[in-house]
Amino acid sequence: MNEFEVSRRRFIGASAAAGGLAAATAKTAHAAVAQTSAAPVRTPEMADVTLEVNGRRHPLSIEPRTTLLDALREELRLSGTKKGCDRGSCGACTVHVDGARVLSCLTLAARCEGKAVTTIEGLAAEGELHPMQAAFLARDGLQCGYCTPGQIMSAIALVEEGRAVSDDAIREWMSGNICRCGAYPHILAAIKDVAGSGSRS
Amino acid sequence: MENFTLANAATLDAALAAAQQPDAKFIAGGTDLLQLMKDEVERPQRLVDLDGLPLDQFSIGDDGARIGALVKMSDLADNPDLRRRYPVIAEALLASASPQVRNMATIGGNLLQRTRCGYFRDTGVAACNKRRPGSGCSAILGFNRLHAVLGGSDYCIATHPSDLAVALAALDAAVEVQGSDGVRTVAINEFYLVPGDTPERETVLRPGDLITAILVPPPGMGERSHYLKLRDRASFEFALVSAAVAIALDDGRIRVARIAVGGVGTKPWRLPNVEAALAGAAVTPTVLTEAAAHAAEGARPFRDNAFKIALMQRAVARALATVTA
Repeated sequence: MNEFEVSRRRFIGASAAAGGLAAATAKTAHAAVAQTSAAPVRTPEMADVTLEVNGRRHPLSIEPRTTLLDALREELRLSGTKKGCDRGSCGACTVHVDGARVLSCLTLAARCEGKAVTTIEGLAAEGELHPMQAAFLARDGLQCGYCTPGQIMSAIALVEEGRAVSDDAIREWMSGNICRCGAYPHILAAIKDVAGSGSRS
Repeated sequence: MENFTLANAATLDAALAAAQQPDAKFIAGGTDLLQLMKDEVERPQRLVDLDGLPLDQFSIGDDGARIGALVKMSDLADNPDLRRRYPVIAEALLASASPQVRNMATIGGNLLQRTRCGYFRDTGVAACNKRRPGSGCSAILGFNRLHAVLGGSDYCIATHPSDLAVALAALDAAVEVQGSDGVRTVAINEFYLVPGDTPERETVLRPGDLITAILVPPPGMGERSHYLKLRDRASFEFALVSAAVAIALDDGRIRVARIAVGGVGTKPWRLPNVEAALAGAAVTPTVLTEAAAHAAEGARPFRDNAFKIALMQRAVARALATVTA
């Protein structure tokens, strides 16, 4: 698993370089656009925030426009949370903030002071998979895996919210998480495994 | 997304003062505003953070409901008193967006979300009178399957996207607004503006105004309500057509009917002709269907959205049948 991830990352990195796509950050790309269009470059004050993620506190100085998603991935290098649409339409970036499932792409990191963030990396206790992670593996609840962290974060919240009362209820309350591969039946099966006998069709 | 300055406001007065600065905007849940900012439809220089203001409480009792503007959609939808007294609001909320969005988005922000018109949200499109006044409307002769058949003008036919606002329109709710000159209350049916030749003006709010609460009158004797939403997919989608109905029944006859539709109008659209046709009538399938037919009066279809007229009539008829069953 780990070996596969490393080689996949190397492959993506190599092909990006070969294609001449220098790994420009959103910040530099934006500056370039601003210069060519002669628009005034705004330089607002940086925002100081301490992000509490998976029980660890991280003091950061970030641009106010930094989303929680970008702060997690780019500043904290927690790349388990995925950027899909970046517009709140796909659910790939779902994390828990103070126990509630939210979209990190539509959350400003600077507004998260004093809040407890949980990401996919914070689920496995001492090397043991969270039951929902184990159920997704057992039920093959994924194909490409890109939406999976968001699906799992949403699924855990759904069960804790007590929504897993029927197949249709699970489908409705998972509707904020899109799976382009169409693994929905297996995702449903995984959630039913974890929700236990409370779920009936 | 362009850079901006984030200002915290400890008090309501501080928030109102901070919003007086040019190019300032309030941010609450941020679920629509950040989408618009990422697409550079909105480019505020300064965001005034409303987190922490004491507008996140609500009360529901015999004298009606008062819902703070910062109440989350999910918290309101889950409330047993709301579901019992105002099913149409609970159903409209639960049919909105996704569980994650409802955990973030606020009641006040929901009312001010911008249209989903693709031409409005794509800054690569030159002509949009709402985004760039005077530039033209790309939808009128373009792809307009999702656009309005009621309330449009030659300048704009964008639909209003909120489900909650449609439910509130049927209930004769009001919006409490705080401005620099004090508090005022505006009926929801006077809160939104039709586009006319100024589609960039969507509500009666003035710059720097803040919605502080939603006020809902108590349900009448024997009143039942219901929200029906029809979409291109089963969930997590905006309405093609929706119907909010509130009916007071008296011995098998309709005493009062209040009906609003969504997905079809440039603002949440009341249907007074349907209401008049129902008032005093006995509940029969024929009465409901014939009354619902009045929904089409004044409708103006475009190339791709004529289907919405029949769909709206049927949605109203079905919602009426459900609520009177």
